[in-house]
Amino acid sequence: MRTRLKTALALLFTAVMLFPVYWMLNVSLTRDQDMRKSPPDLFPAHATLEGYRAVIDQQLPYLGTSLVIGLGTVALTVALAAPAGFALAKLRPRGGGILSFVLLAAQMIPGIIMAMGFYAIYLQLGLLQSVPGLIVADSTLAVPFAVLIFTAFMSGIPGELLQAAQVDGARALRTFWSVVLPMSRNSVVTVSLFAFLWSWSDFIFASTLVNGGAHEPITLGIYHYIGNNNQQWNAIMATAVVASLPAAVILVLAQRYVAAGVTAGAVKD
Amino acid sequence: MTQTTQVPRPRTDSEGAAPETRRRPASPQWAAWAFLAPVTLYLLLFYAYPLYRNIDLSLRHYTVRSFVRGDAPFTGLDNYRKIFDDPTFAPALLHTVVFTAVCLVFQYAIGLALAVFFHQNFRLSATLRALFLVPWLLPLIVSASTWSWMLNSDSGIVNAVLHAVGIAPVNWLTSPSWSLTSVIIANIWIGVPFNLVVLHSGLQSIPTSLYEAAALDGANAWQRFWRITFPLLRPVSAITLLLGLVYTLKVFDIIWIMTKGGPADSSTTFATWSYQLGFGNLLPAFGPGAAVGNLLVLAALVFGLVYVRAQRKQALS
Repeated sequence: MRTRLKTALALLFTAVMLFPVYWMLNVSLTRDQDMRKSPPDLFPAHATLEGYRAVIDQQLPYLGTSLVIGLGTVALTVALAAPAGFALAKLRPRGGGILSFVLLAAQMIPGIIMAMGFYAIYLQLGLLQSVPGLIVADSTLAVPFAVLIFTAFMSGIPGELLQAAQVDGARALRTFWSVVLPMSRNSVVTVSLFAFLWSWSDFIFASTLVNGGAHEPITLGIYHYIGNNNQQWNAIMATAVVASLPAAVILVLAQRYVAAGVTAGAVKD
Repeated sequence: MTQTTQVPRPRTDSEGAAPETRRRPASPQWAAWAFLAPVTLYLLLFYAYPLYRNIDLSLRHYTVRSFVRGDAPFTGLDNYRKIFDDPTFAPALLHTVVFTAVCLVFQYAIGLALAVFFHQNFRLSATLRALFLVPWLLPLIVSASTWSWMLNSDSGIVNAVLHAVGIAPVNWLTSPSWSLTSVIIANIWIGVPFNLVVLHSGLQSIPTSLYEAAALDGANAWQRFWRITFPLLRPVSAITLLLGLVYTLKVFDIIWIMTKGGPADSSTTFATWSYQLGFGNLLPAFGPGAAVGNLLVLAALVFGLVYVRAQRKQALS
């Protein structure tokens, strides 16, 4: 009986916590004429897909750009961070501790600072409003975290498997490629998920580096939407729902990796 | 040095590996650094250089033209003097402190209460806890625009609920006395999941035998929390709060999307002020914008160092 009461309470807490998400769905299905109704309908009684039609008509290019940028960020992040994690975990480089410290400190730099620095540099290099430029900028959100995750996972690989790695550099490369990397599949998944999600969600780099360009990500799509047509909140919320899909997919398919990532970033347990 | 880095321990067992690698001769340093070269270069190019550019920006007098041509005159600390004298400085400082402190306290308190609650055994506990992650995973622009519409003065659900219980509507986003509260509420909502997950994992490392012993001694739930849970959770709490502090200091998206720091600077913080100066106006003020941003870096680094120290202390204990 007591545990049933606890389950009920937990359901209540979860419902309260997720209410904004429900509300986003509800508004996305609301008809234009009901949008300003007071009080608003608690359920989409006259559900319409008008909002989603607007997404398909207007937001697909933004979604495509975000997908490309997300995948590019994942590739760049894994390519940079996996070898670094291997070296820090298994090859005992002199000065490795300092590098780990720098990586940790790098995560603390506010996004606005990075954005302003990147803006100044990209302006000179002519990289503003370019997709590769945004991929590089977005990868800075994930690389330090990714190195820390890889280091943690790879130092758990038993040393006997890596004896060859200790002999010379060429073998180290082969060991990394054919032993360490396949064994670290879980950490590659974790890192990829977070890198994709962070770059998909990025707003500050997008709004400073590619604003007004030919290829803008979905976060800017929503931002322009809010700015331009204050009235069509069903379309805005429908876009928000679509933009939330990667988060939903990640939660359903890879929840254990997410929880592992959150805690690994913060706590030694 | 490598032994004391803060890297979290992997889930697989590494106890056996460490002493063994120590016995073997170290691999050639050049091989190790060959693997580290890409990331080192990357850090220099994409962290160190933007940071340097930012400091450079804050020490020169930029106009739009000299920004493009890169021949702005060096003016020393002029930009810093300018922002200290700016009428926005005091409110931005106050809002940054209030925003950070209030968000931290509520996120931590709610997160801890939920973590203790979900730490008990009941059906659906793990599933529901996983659902709590949703707000944290959503893109900030999604959360921010949803909250904007919920807090809309005329058509928002929040005012409709207030009306139903007989409270006059509040101009959440358009009144200077409420805008900061609104962005704080939204940010607490986003931060609770992180606190919940981290504190929950901390709770799992407290041995259950302690609670059994305390229960035998007749301690009630309240006493067990304050005598066992809270003290033993202190290291994890410290790290959660410090990380939260560093993250909250730099919150930008939520505030900018919901209120743009307004109305009349009533919800502006250092992060949004810096953006406002650099990108928010037709005539960008990159120098002062960078100066404000550098103050933020300084604050983040100070607390970041405290965090690293706390991590190390925990790692050694």
